[in-house]
Amino acid sequence: MIRRWLTALTLALITAAPLTAQEATARFGTGTTEVLLRSTTDIAIITPVIDRFVALNPDLSIMYEQWGSNALFDRSREDCRNGTEPADAILSSAVQQMVWLVNAACAAPYRSPNTTALPPSRRWRDEVWGVTTEPAVIAYNRQLLSGAEVPRNRFALLDALRERPALFRNRIATYDIAESGLGFLFAYSDSLEATTFGALLEGFARVDAVATCCSAEIIDGVAQGRYLIAYNVLGSYVVAADEPDVGIIYPEDYTLLLSRAFMIPKGAAQGRIAARLLDFLLTAEAQALLRQTGLVTDLDPAETGLAVSARRTIPLSPAILVARDANRQQLLFRFWSDTFQRAELP
Amino acid sequence: MAEPRTQRSLLSRVLATVLAILVLGGVLVAGSIWLNGRQAARQSYDRLLMGAASDIAESIRIQEGVPVTDLPVSAFELLAQAPEDRVYYAVFGPRGQILTGIDPALRVTPPARGGSSVRFFDEVLDGEPARFVQVTRRFVERDFSGPVDIVVGQTLRARKAMTRDLMLDALLPMAVAGIVLMLLASLVIRSALRPLEALVDDLSGRDPYDLTPMPADRLPRELQVMLGAMNRFMGRLDGQVEAMRNLISDTAHQLRTPVAAIRVQAETAAAEPEGETRSRALDRLLVRSRSLGNLLDQLLSRALVVHRTDSVPRAPVDLREIALEIMERDDQSVLAPEAELRLVIGEDPVLMRGDAFSLGEAGRNLLGNALRHGVQPVSIGAERRGKDAVLWVQDSGAGPDDTIVDRLGDRFNRDNASREQSTGIGLSIVSSVAAAFGGRVEMTRQPDGFRAALVFPAEEAGQ
Repeated sequence: MIRRWLTALTLALITAAPLTAQEATARFGTGTTEVLLRSTTDIAIITPVIDRFVALNPDLSIMYEQWGSNALFDRSREDCRNGTEPADAILSSAVQQMVWLVNAACAAPYRSPNTTALPPSRRWRDEVWGVTTEPAVIAYNRQLLSGAEVPRNRFALLDALRERPALFRNRIATYDIAESGLGFLFAYSDSLEATTFGALLEGFARVDAVATCCSAEIIDGVAQGRYLIAYNVLGSYVVAADEPDVGIIYPEDYTLLLSRAFMIPKGAAQGRIAARLLDFLLTAEAQALLRQTGLVTDLDPAETGLAVSARRTIPLSPAILVARDANRQQLLFRFWSDTFQRAELP
Repeated sequence: MAEPRTQRSLLSRVLATVLAILVLGGVLVAGSIWLNGRQAARQSYDRLLMGAASDIAESIRIQEGVPVTDLPVSAFELLAQAPEDRVYYAVFGPRGQILTGIDPALRVTPPARGGSSVRFFDEVLDGEPARFVQVTRRFVERDFSGPVDIVVGQTLRARKAMTRDLMLDALLPMAVAGIVLMLLASLVIRSALRPLEALVDDLSGRDPYDLTPMPADRLPRELQVMLGAMNRFMGRLDGQVEAMRNLISDTAHQLRTPVAAIRVQAETAAAEPEGETRSRALDRLLVRSRSLGNLLDQLLSRALVVHRTDSVPRAPVDLREIALEIMERDDQSVLAPEAELRLVIGEDPVLMRGDAFSLGEAGRNLLGNALRHGVQPVSIGAERRGKDAVLWVQDSGAGPDDTIVDRLGDRFNRDNASREQSTGIGLSIVSSVAAAFGGRVEMTRQPDGFRAALVFPAEEAGQ
């Protein structure tokens, strides 16, 4: 009896949870037409570009809700399945979830010269578009590692770990893939480049790398010198953190590029305005504003030393759905934890 | 009154028909191309589906008694050959439980479990028609045995696009060929109709009184038939007009003199107070007017004969009956009441094609001439002579002079020397009838007299 009651309570909590799961909200503009934008992006980072949009469209006011990616996905999926009123637009860094939503026919199509100018890897079915350019970088502490010691690619990192394990022990940080969706996405993408991924995980395990959850904590640790190197940190967060002691490496063997996915849910009340917002986000002006907050990184080979062929954009295509497969996730989790355990055993 | 309808030109009719045929053919071919294209698209994309499903099936391993799918990206790269299509995949265990899949809440299963290890089926994926394949892989391991079903599906956008592209690729050249065909057809028809247009121009530019035949050379055969008919018609019309003109001028010419004579006689009679001279003038007046009556009869008869030979259809006629009828009508009793007449006919019919009335008139005129100018006894007869059918009249005299014989049949041979009761009109009737039925007039001196004969091509009996 009690157990049943508990189950009911748990169910109620689970179903109720997504409804109140936004972490923060903000309102931009004072117009009478309200547009609801749900996003995983921090309000502080997105503010300049949204401000500019409502300045150009004074009749609008943007209700901005900041969500966790899983909560946002659950909520959007429920809206799609139940036909309840969805957000007018969704912007998420968990691109595999967005592709899943599009694949489940939850998105509305839109075409304009701006959207069709996007490369194929940054749009799918004209229903989901990648609006940002954010590399997965190696962050390092400028004070503790001299320029010559900084590994410029994964092989150099492997060599460094092998040669000076004492130096790096407990001072390598990366996302815990079980905790961080973004960390999982990067690890999954790395695993497709099978040559270095396994060796890198073993190397991390050997020096007791720290797997933790959050970008802010990792960057903070690098800045304070707790970590020498942070692997696969989202470059935009490093730029946004604006820590003078934190240096950025775009791995020269290949650099993963994440493009935050923008989607207009099917049945969005203000779908037209959402499309207008999308078109604005793709303009040169908005991209420049995004560049200031790090959401768009200029990957000019002259500045970053990164060859065009080394860019690996995480594609907005059904292939990314593999990352959401339950079996595949289990296998990756198991490989991850097995590797770390094996390293601890000897 | 019929509704006035715009008559479509021959060109537009033929072109419309050609267009209709082309369109009909085009529709049929397009339908067939569409079916073929759909078949081709279905086959090629079914192979991709099949490949993706096989990839997934290959990636299944048994780990601790449970089938685990190490979902291969290559499967999705295969599916990405249809880049705009939504996808579905799911792996089902032996009891139908879902092992992994794109969406555990969405379950697409084939209509019924069949024996084949690969089955394609159509189903709806999130409200959109889609194509699925189910591949079954059977495991026989120490810790797991049983079938595992892999279902992979995809919406149909790429298939439709491929079908459309295949169809357009095939239809565009066909459409171009169709247009070229139409142009060629139009040119060909135009050139084929050019003689007709020339004919029309010729006709419309023609003087309405010009009834001469139109030139038929250089015309296509079909048009020559038409033009021939038209020329014959114009010829007949011309003949009729000519006959009418002749009738009028004959009548005027023939009547002027007798009427003037009658007037003179009448004036003379009126001027004579006394019996003797007056009665003589009256006698002459009587003779003159009787002669005028005969003349009128002949003129009308000739007009009628000419008209009938042009317009009455030919029928088989037995010339013996004509001869018999002439005898029986007994007109000659007026001319020569005491005449001795013989009928010479045989047992066999003497058949030719013609008009009985005209022939009767011709025969009567021949007989009248013989009675008037010849020596009695006079015979009338009909006979078959080789391939000819002959109607003849013979008197026992020597016949007229050769000069007269030569001029027989002319319309106006009634010169001043001749008398009113002349042979002129009568013989012209005879020669008209002969000409109308393809025959001729023969004047021959026989040992026992002078014979005038109408000779026609014979019609075989029984035909």
